[in-house]
Order: sequence, then structure tokens, then C-alpha cells
Amino acid sequence: MKYLWRLLPLSFFLLLAGCGQQNLSALDPQGPVAEMQFSLIRLSLYIMIFVIVVVFAIYVFVLIRFRERPGDTHIPKQVHGNKVLEVVWTAIPIFLLLILAVPNVMETFTLADTEPTEDSITVNVTAHAFWWEFEYPDYDIVAGQDMYIPTNTRVIINLESSDVIHSFWVPALAGKQDNVPGNVNDMWIEAPKEGVYLGKCTELCGPSHWLMDFKVIAVETDVFETWAANMAVPAEEKEQSESEVLVEGRTLYEQSCLQCHSISGQGGFGPDLTNFGERTVVAGYLKYEDENIKDWIRDPQSLKPGNGMPAFPDFTEDELDALTEYLKSLKVLEE
Amino acid sequence: MSHAKAQSKSVLWDWLTTVDHKKVGILYLAAGAFFFALGGLEAILMRIQLMFPEFTFLPAQTFNELLTMHGTTMIFLAAMPLLFGLMNYIVPLQIGARDVAFPFLNALGFWLFLFGGILLNVSWFAGGAPDAGWTAYVPLSSESPGTGIDYYVLGLQISGAGTLIGGINFLVTIINMRAPGMSMMRMPLFTWSTFVASMLILFAFPALTIGLLLLMLERIFGATYFAVDFGGNVIIWQHLFWIFGHPEVYILVLPAFGIFSEIISTFSKKRLFGYSAMVFATLIIGFLGFMVWAHHMFTVGMGPVANSIFAVATMAIAVPTGIKIFNWLLTLWGGRIQFTTANLFALGFIPSFVMGGVTGVMLATSAANYQFHDTYFVVAHFHYVIIGGVVLGLFAGAFYWWPRIFGYKLNETLGKIFFWMFLFGFHLTFFVQHFLGLIGMPRRVASFLGGQGLDEMNLISTIGAFFMGVAFILFVVNIFVSMKNKETTGDPWDGRTLEWTIPSPTPEYNFAQTPLVRDVDALWYEKYEGDGKMKAAEPLGDIHMPNGSFLPFIISLGLFIASFGFIYHLWALAIAGMVVVFGAMFVRSVKEDHGYHIPKEDILNAKGGK
Amino acid sequence: MEHQHTVQQTLPPNPEKATLEGRNKFLGFWFFLGGETVLFASLFGTYLGLKGSTHTGPGPDELFSLPLVFIMTMILLTSSLTSVFAIINMKKGNYRGLLLWLSVTVILGLAFLGFEIYEFYEYVHHGLGFTTSAFGSSFYTLVGTHGAHVAFGIAWITTLLLRYRKSGLTLTNAPKFYVAVLYWHFIDVVWVFIFSVVYLMGIGG
Repeated sequence: MKYLWRLLPLSFFLLLAGCGQQNLSALDPQGPVAEMQFSLIRLSLYIMIFVIVVVFAIYVFVLIRFRERPGDTHIPKQVHGNKVLEVVWTAIPIFLLLILAVPNVMETFTLADTEPTEDSITVNVTAHAFWWEFEYPDYDIVAGQDMYIPTNTRVIINLESSDVIHSFWVPALAGKQDNVPGNVNDMWIEAPKEGVYLGKCTELCGPSHWLMDFKVIAVETDVFETWAANMAVPAEEKEQSESEVLVEGRTLYEQSCLQCHSISGQGGFGPDLTNFGERTVVAGYLKYEDENIKDWIRDPQSLKPGNGMPAFPDFTEDELDALTEYLKSLKVLEE
Repeated sequence: MSHAKAQSKSVLWDWLTTVDHKKVGILYLAAGAFFFALGGLEAILMRIQLMFPEFTFLPAQTFNELLTMHGTTMIFLAAMPLLFGLMNYIVPLQIGARDVAFPFLNALGFWLFLFGGILLNVSWFAGGAPDAGWTAYVPLSSESPGTGIDYYVLGLQISGAGTLIGGINFLVTIINMRAPGMSMMRMPLFTWSTFVASMLILFAFPALTIGLLLLMLERIFGATYFAVDFGGNVIIWQHLFWIFGHPEVYILVLPAFGIFSEIISTFSKKRLFGYSAMVFATLIIGFLGFMVWAHHMFTVGMGPVANSIFAVATMAIAVPTGIKIFNWLLTLWGGRIQFTTANLFALGFIPSFVMGGVTGVMLATSAANYQFHDTYFVVAHFHYVIIGGVVLGLFAGAFYWWPRIFGYKLNETLGKIFFWMFLFGFHLTFFVQHFLGLIGMPRRVASFLGGQGLDEMNLISTIGAFFMGVAFILFVVNIFVSMKNKETTGDPWDGRTLEWTIPSPTPEYNFAQTPLVRDVDALWYEKYEGDGKMKAAEPLGDIHMPNGSFLPFIISLGLFIASFGFIYHLWALAIAGMVVVFGAMFVRSVKEDHGYHIPKEDILNAKGGK
Repeated sequence: MEHQHTVQQTLPPNPEKATLEGRNKFLGFWFFLGGETVLFASLFGTYLGLKGSTHTGPGPDELFSLPLVFIMTMILLTSSLTSVFAIINMKKGNYRGLLLWLSVTVILGLAFLGFEIYEFYEYVHHGLGFTTSAFGSSFYTLVGTHGAHVAFGIAWITTLLLRYRKSGLTLTNAPKFYVAVLYWHFIDVVWVFIFSVVYLMGIGG
């Protein structure tokens, strides 16, 4: 019986976790921050379920016991109140709330402790309508959309915004903080396990708010170091393929895309494409397929209304093929 | 103007110029019901869009406009006016008054609200509704293209002014106009909660006024409070908005609490348990309502100290709320509970609201709030509080006071079907949304991607919304089919308070003689300790009434016209509108209204004819 | 209920609170001022949050001139005093005195407004426009809202003076005069806060 009591809430959460996706659910935490928050959620839920059970029990009893029976016309006693009861139901909630308030205050401070440690890394996250930019100041690199982090490392995140307010949320790893223009907010995350964790913008930021997804990709430390080192190789030192298609694609890229999209530190203010070949989605949400890449280039507004990229309807099918091939060849981890 | 002359005017003119608190109340109810239906339709459209992943029923921009207008409409144009309607009609009757303190301003408050609401909705036909959420966070709102946000700013400014006027009117009415013997601590709970809610209106709405003023100046005159490039700060808006916005929640829910207190007491045939504790809890909730606004902003980077303080302060609100819940339960305890439709809504409220309340405490847990914030968990929470609290309260109040206000009883069978269907639909819609939020669905998303485990629960939620929609149609049907059930006793529920002491339909002057109040539940006291009739506190005499006036309509129309001038930068039009406004105010100030008298004989005739 | 509106020879000692209408007006106006307090508190909060955000424009210490603001403060304080004289006269039943002292109040109010317009004109010439910086916007909004209240108060009292120039004191107009003076005091109190928070703190710190 005793064990059953303990198992009941646990199975409840397992059931819930089953509904969600492991890399997206706050109920299936994959790192210490989300775990801390999940334990608070559980604690608060247990207290609240206790409250609900007590209230519902009295409620159901009262409704059944004191319902009007047919023919009953008695006048109930007009009770004024009861001081002892009032004190009791004032004191007990206060006590219950203290049980919750104390760990909450402690954890609020733990979560706000974003002092870098010796082996922590820092990522500056800038939110744009509707994409994410990840700058690694220690490595002097910038990445778009996919945030690579080493496993078992404390990652300090500084949040900024270039336009309206956005909010950075990776439910499986940590609760959110807002990207506020004019302010820098910070938080920290840690991922013990390798994996791809889904992130979303949670502050209404325009018509494509719902498509402002990103990924946090946790890899082993050595893989991360390789990734960072390759990301940092300047464009001019990179080996370029001699393949005809890729050369054409690269020429087109330099003519039409480079103004905005940087590769290896060269180029403008849009999402960095240095490792575009390793993305698993296009524009943050579309399947990684040639057709989607081409559709996006032709008319990005129809796929993500309100984003900053102009349409390129004039490319021929061959040009688009070449450009797509070139984009897909942009990799830093595997050859 | 004589009484006879006033009656010869057309019905339409009568309603346009009325300053009778009962007619103003009915106007509020009618306009509020219209906007409630509109906001509901907007909700249904959104739920259809969210029925399936990546559904393309609505474009994302339209969805954002719908979510903004749904929230704004439901809070400002539906919930508040509907409550105001009940307050207007019932509160003067409950305190034994012939009128409100400021009948003219009361009418002005209504017309301001109505014209503000219309202005807001004109945006749909003028290039797009506001699209930045009902919270209109800057810089999304300050930089939003088009005129949608301008309509939002001016529409809310006008209707907000009306609300503020209404609030002051209730405060003074309750303090100055009570019948002899009706001390503050004998007032019915609905009147008490109206008093506290009006206090909150008075001290909360000016913050919104300033927020909207700043946003207007920023958008129309190029001010730079929120422009980061000029040293502006975008968080100021959030503070101003929530200093208003959090008390607003209590402005809505406290009157609903008052309604439940009346109904639960009436239909369990018992005096309210712990009356003074209930009053005290209402006051505490009202006070704490001002201390917790920043719990809407845990993730904007206020730092752990501020977050902790606001978290604990917010949790504290659970204590007085709990006191209320237990006092209601103990009112029922030992009673003879009648399951009328009105009482069903009140009884349905208790578990529904408790569930909304406990998720409120969970949200107050700042560290965990980082996970909840701006997800469907929050959406579920505030719908549990607002539908489970306010909307159920409004329906409860509607069924309870319908015979008083409209002179006929709503059909109980249809009412009960409506109740069960609505309650079922409500829980079906919003219960699953808690989990949607926890497993990764942000709020205010125009759609969601398939394959992320969100599909089934969204479909369930939409089905629930349809149930609520159909249920509401049943309610409207009920209004029409029940019209023949005339109610002539004036006291259909074996009531306890003063509004049930007068004949039905309610006479224009409410009380032929001001009653003398001898206890809480004044009528009940007379029924069981006296002869069942109120003692009169004054001899029968002529009754002085204020004249109707068209000026409230004109003033509101002037502001409505001026708003178009501001929105489209047509300064001549803006000035013309303001001239109308100030001109009408000037006329009001210079032309004294002496009112008219209803002669004693007419009152005697009415009494005799009963 | 009182509904005696004709001019009486002997008015009660507090004519402004003698009727229910008068008491309602009196209480309602106090509540209104409570709301106004929150209104100005919100503007003060906004100003304090933005007063350092001068962007490329001038800041408080470069602009504010204490002598000018001191004169303005004195004018407004004096106008409050003259309005008190007006009410004392009203309670004594000296209607001409009431009109006279209120006229002086209006004139002082106009003088204050004149100085304020001059002040704003000077600041614009020193490079602080309404849109120059967040400081500029919040400064003009706070002080300008107060100025608008002063202007409204002047218009209100003037209307009363013209409307009732010949009627003598009645139970109808006594509450109107009283409430208008209450409003005038409120404006004055707000200015004292503006003087300390905006000007003194602006120059001092």
C-alpha cells in the first residue's frame, strides 16, 4: 500500500511524459536545470492535489448530504460563522505555501547564478524575427539556428534581441528567459547526454512566431571542439571543391546571397550558413529536402510571412539546383 | 420637463437618453452579450485553426489579430460590461437606494464603453485589427505597421474612461446612498465585492490610461519612451500594463465571488458562513492584487530578488481565496441545497475555480514559472480562472437575477442542459491545455508542427470549444422561449436581500418608501423575525428623479469622431471631435438639471395595482 | 432627500456639503483625485526610469534653470493660497470675495502657464525636442500633462465664474466651486512633486 502511494504520482508523470516528445517536454527533463524545475513542478503539484482532494471531498459530501429532498421544507439553522475554523483554514494554507515558497526562493537564486566557471562556455544568443543567432565569444564564431554545445559543460547564455521581444525556451533543458531589446538577460543550461533538443520562441513576435524554432545540439566535448575549430576557419583558407556544379553554386551565392548570409565569417547580418549542410530542417521547420530549399529561395515570404529575406523568383531551375547543391555541401563536421 | 412629456418620447430616444441605472444596466448587459458572442466566435475560429497541425484555415496574421481581439474583447468589452450591467441594476436595489450617485455620469460611462468597443472593432474593416496580443507588448505593438494598434489604443482609452467613471459612481453610491440601517457590515456580498472592485478600478485603470497614452504618443507623435535606439526602455510598458492588468483580474473575479455568495446563500437557505471573514478576505485580495503585478514578468530579467518577492506575495493571495472557498463550503454545510440552474453554476464554479487557483500557485513558483510562462499552461490557467470564475459567475447571476431584471424566469430545464454542456465543453477545452504547455506548446502560436506529440490534445480542445459554442446558443434560445414565463411575485427564489422586496417589474423609482434595514439579509430577517415585509424608513411622498440626457451619447460620439482624426492624422477632424466633446461638457456644466417629481398618487396607484 | 434649489437667504455653514448631490460630488471628486494620483505616479515612474536616457540630446543638468522654476513654483503656491481665501469667503457668505479671489487664482494660473510655455520654448531651442530622446519624451509628457491639468483648471474655474457671476451663492453652485478649488490644490501638490523630483533632483543629481 505504501509503495502504491509512492508509485501513483510517478506513474502519473510517466503517463504524461509519454504524451510529449522527449526532446521537447518539460515533464521529461534532460538536464540539471530542467530537472530542478521539474522537481518544483512535482512538489507544487503534490501540494495542490492534496488541496484539491480535501476541497473536493468536503464538496461532494456536502452536496450529497445536504441536498434538498422532495417534500423537505425545513429552515436550516442560520449559522454566523466559526472563529476556530477560520483560523484553521488560514493557517494550513500558509503552512503549505511555505513548503513550496522556501525551495522556490532557493532555486530562483540557483538558476540566476550565471557566473562563468573555469570550464564553462558562453554563448550570446541574439533573437531576430524569426531566427536565432548564436555567437561563441570564446571561439570567435557565429552560427545560425543550430546551437552546438558540449555535453556535461555549464553553458552560460546571454540573451539579446535585434528587434522585438522574443523568448528562448528549450523545455527539455531549461525554462525560458526573454530576449529583450536594449537589455541582456542571462541563464545557464547543461546537457549531460548527447542529443538534439528542440527550442522555441515563446513571446509573440509577429506572424511567424510559431515557426521560430531552433535546436540545441549537445555533442561530446571533442566533437564540439572540432566543430568550433572548423567553424572558425576563415573563408579564404577553406578548400573549395572543383566540381562544376559547386563552383557555379558558389558564384551564384557570392553574387546574390553573401550580402546577407555569412559563411565562415564572411558576409552580412542574416543567418550564418557555414554549416548549412548539417542542418536537419530548412528555415527552422521544413523538411531538409532540395525542393524546400528551392521554394524558400524563390519565395521565403510564403513560407515564413514577415521574415527579412527578399524573394528570388528569377533564378532558373538549373541555377537553383547549383545553389542548392552548394548549400548542401557546406559542412564543418564530416567530409 | 414633466413626467408626462418624458413618456411621450419614442422608445429609442428613451434608451439613448436614459440615466436610469436599471436601463443603463440593461444596456450594459445587451452590449456585453453582443461582444461576448463576438469574442466567442473569434475563439471558435482560432480553435478551428488549431484543430490540426499546420492547418491552413487562417493566415498567421489573421490568427494574431484574432487572438488579440479575442482577449481584448472578452476582458474589456464582454466580462467587465456584463458585470457592470449586473452591478448597475442590482447594487442600488441591494442597498435600498432609489438611484445611483451620478446618474448622468453613469450613462456617460456606458456610452464611452460602447463607442470605445465599436471603435476597436472598426479596425477589422480598416486594414486589419490589432495584432500584438491583448497585452500589446512594445516594441511589437509600437512598431506594428498599419492602424490596428492605433484602434486598440484609442478604443481602450475611451472605454477605459467609461469604466473609471463607472467605478467612481459605484464607490460613491455605496458609501452615500445606503438606506437607513444598511451599515457597511450589513451589505450583501455582491455589493461589497462591487465596492472593492470599484476601488481596484479607481487605482488600476489610470496606469493603463498612461500606458495607452504613451503608446499613442509613441506611435502617432514619434515619442521615444520605448524606442531602444533613443534610449527608450521596453520593460516600462510591461510594468504599466500589469500594474493595471493584474488588479484587472480581481476586478473581474471579485464581483463574480459576490454573485456566488448571494446564490449559494439563497439556495442553501442559510446565512453566508463567516460573513465578516468573507468581507475581510475580499479586501485582502483587493489589496494584494496591487502587490503582485510583476509575476507576469518573471522571465524578463528582473533578477532573483524581485522574482522571489513577487513569487511569495503572489502565493499569499491563495490564503484569502482559500478562506472564501471554505466559507462557501460551510455555507452549504447544514443547508437545504436547491439545485436550480443559478445554483448549479455556482456549484460548478467551486471545483473549476479551485483547479484554476492551484495552477495559479504553481505559476507563482518563480523558478518553475520559467517552464510555464507563455505556454498553453498559462492559457489553461487563466481560462480556468476567468471562465471557471467570471463566466460561470455571470451565467449564475443571469439565471438568478433574470426575473428581477427582465420580469420573467429563464427555463430551468434548458438552463440545466446549457449548464452541463457548457461545463463539459469548458473542461474538455482547457484541461488538456495544461499538458500541451508542459510538453512544449507555446501560447499565441498560429499553428503547430505535426509529429511533436501535440496533435491529439489540440483536437480534443477544439471539440470542447464547439460544446461551449453550442451551449451558448442554447442560452440565447432560452432567452426567447422563456419570455412567456412572466414572474410577478417579485421574489421568485425566496430571496434574502433587498432587491427581492420590490414588485416585478421593478418600478422606475425602485422603492416607494426607503426601507429600514435591521440585519444582514434584510428581507430574510423580516421574513423570520418580522412580518415578512420591510419596515419603511420614511413616509410616502413625491419622488424626485433626474431627467434623461442626450449629452452622454454626444460626448462619446465626439470622442469616437476625434479618434479617427488621431488615427489618420486628420487634425481638423480630431479638433472637430474634441469641440463636440468639450461643447457638450460645457452645456452640461452650464445648464442645470432640476429633475422632475413622480407624484405621490402615482406611487400609491402603482402599489395598489400590484 | 433635499431638492430645494432656490436661492436661500441663509445658507448652512458648509453649503458645499449641505445637499446629497453636494456630498456625492465632494466624495466622488476625492475618489477621482485618488485615480489622478495613480495617473501621475505612473508618469513619475516612467520619467524616473528614463531620465538618464538622454541619447544625443541634452540632459536635465544642462537645461533646467532653478530661478525660473522657483518663480513658477511660487506663482502656483500663491494661487493655491488665493483659492483658499476664496473658499473662506464662501463659507463666510461673502460671494463677491469668492469671485474676486478665484479671479486672482485664474490670473496666477495663466501666468504659470505662460512661464511653462516659455520654458518649453527655451528647451526646444537648446536641442531637447519631444522626440529627441527618451528623457525628452518622458519629461514633456510628465510636465506637459500637469500643464494640461492647469489649463483645464483655468477653463473650469473661468466657466464657473462666468456662469455664476450674478447668481449669488446657492446650494447648487457651492459644491461646484468647492470641488474646482480642490482640483486646483491637487494640481499644486503635483507641481511640488515635479519641482522636487524633476527639477531639484535633475540639477542636484
